[in-house]
Amino acid sequence: MTARPQVAAPVSPGVTARKRTGAFWLHLALLPLALIFLAPLWIMAVFSTHPDSAIFSPSPPLWFGGNFMENFRGLQADTNYLRTLFNSTMIASLYTVFSMVLTSMGGYAFAKFEFPGKNWLFGLILATLTIPTFVTIIPQFILVARDLKISNTYWAVILPTLANTIGIFYMRQAFQTVPSDLLHAARIDGASEGRIFWQIALPIVRPALAALAILLFLASWNDYLWPLIVLTQKDSYTMPVALGTLVGLTRVSWGGIMVGTAIATIPFLALFLSLQRHFVAGIAGGAVKD
Amino acid sequence: MTTSQPLSPPARRAGRWARIPKAPYLFILPYLLIFATFWAWPIISSFLMSFKDSRLGADAPYALSNWSRLIQDEFFRTALRNTLVILVVQVPLMLSLATVLAVALNSKLLKAAGWFRFAFFAPLVVGTVAYSAVFRLLFNTDFGVVNRALTGIGLPAVDWLNQAGPAMSVIIMAMLWRWTGYNAIILLAGLQGISEDVYEAASIDGATPAQQFWKITLPLLRPTLLFCMVLSVIGTLQLFTEPALITNSGPGNATMTLGTYLYQQGFRSFNFGYASAIAYTVAAIAAVFSVIQLRLFGRER
Repeated sequence: MTARPQVAAPVSPGVTARKRTGAFWLHLALLPLALIFLAPLWIMAVFSTHPDSAIFSPSPPLWFGGNFMENFRGLQADTNYLRTLFNSTMIASLYTVFSMVLTSMGGYAFAKFEFPGKNWLFGLILATLTIPTFVTIIPQFILVARDLKISNTYWAVILPTLANTIGIFYMRQAFQTVPSDLLHAARIDGASEGRIFWQIALPIVRPALAALAILLFLASWNDYLWPLIVLTQKDSYTMPVALGTLVGLTRVSWGGIMVGTAIATIPFLALFLSLQRHFVAGIAGGAVKD
Repeated sequence: MTTSQPLSPPARRAGRWARIPKAPYLFILPYLLIFATFWAWPIISSFLMSFKDSRLGADAPYALSNWSRLIQDEFFRTALRNTLVILVVQVPLMLSLATVLAVALNSKLLKAAGWFRFAFFAPLVVGTVAYSAVFRLLFNTDFGVVNRALTGIGLPAVDWLNQAGPAMSVIIMAMLWRWTGYNAIILLAGLQGISEDVYEAASIDGATPAQQFWKITLPLLRPTLLFCMVLSVIGTLQLFTEPALITNSGPGNATMTLGTYLYQQGFRSFNFGYASAIAYTVAAIAAVFSVIQLRLFGRER
């Protein structure tokens, strides 16, 4: 084999055999690892359907039982779980909508306009990306609790988290794919800037917006530290905060906690499964680019 | 409509201000208001606060008392050490595993790739509170599934959450479980950006899969890996939920992190000045790590 083949190299039997053994070892290595990754989720789902006596028995159950509703009632009695689910849903939805509006408007301006101060402003926003959120958490708390006096409200959770630097970066990337000629044509036709944004640019980046929406909703839904700080009354708790109060206690119904974690997780697992491709593209679009 | 072309360069003479486009500022304004109020100002305010003994009230004079206390604080040193131990062990382990996983999931040899992806990406959507609860139960000394499995195959049970070393390893395992898939998904996207041609050319030249991994995949994946690394380091420096819920910072203070210590000082003792000093230490460490990583792995971007 001296001359380099012009088209595809003819696949020799040796190569096919090597590929087959390669594939065999690949699957042999991945399968146990995959099972380990799925195990905690499986156990969470299964345990949510058993009473504590079964969970703590010498041979814990590996298949579903019939105690889900009983566990749920216990959880509801301990934490007013339905109320916290409602709070979490409201907060995550409002946060997602407001954050999408703010970051898509800002991202659009940074992607599609030239204006004095643009690079300076964008640099400033990007620079804060590497600053840990810990740094802001105490002044934010003072602002929310002492100055604005909105502790225990939805706004206390939502407002400080709206300054989403990754979001504006992500939307700027998305809007850069919108052809400027299209926007110019609309301007020449006399459309207002607001209308161009709303009716032309925004529909084009809809897939990116959808991916961002899921990520924002999940981030808010799963957030723990900030709601823990600004929500001090039981009825204002989000679902993670309510679950967190149970986990540390010594006498606690683990079946109930597993119900709570399962309800918090399984709908998103299903959503994630159905949208997996968009997720990969979405995370990639937002995360990596230089 | 008299609005000028928004993309035209500003005129030099009179009318310059009139020619500056207004629309972009209106688009950014709502975001900037929130950004300034809840991000930019707190970053500054927190720095100023770290120089005040907030226990003396809002009018306390600026002083170095928080910082001098920090240097002598034994608990702070413990928290710092624990955080760095987790960082040094967990981040390299996780990124190696995530890289190998991403390459495996991207392989054309893989059958049922969708199923495997689901398995490794599923933890991605689980909240930290939910999985902390599950891990606390799994590693329970008397009833936990992990110890049941260990004794089942003839190994001794481990008192996971009541011994320093094992408690630390539970936290690291939990974080590995939760975050490896997240990094793998970003790396997978990075892999998909590498052209097939490079590999084809390499295999025609007789490069083995191992050579292709070290000589092609890793170098081309470097920007993505760098991104994952910087984010993971900042995330680990702020670790809070896992030590708070799985081990309750214990046994003793064996798994107390900068995050749980800051929470304790800021929101249990309400010593805002001191907590701000801790927060800024975290920021400083994060900055140092970022610079080191950019120097070591950034090169010609």
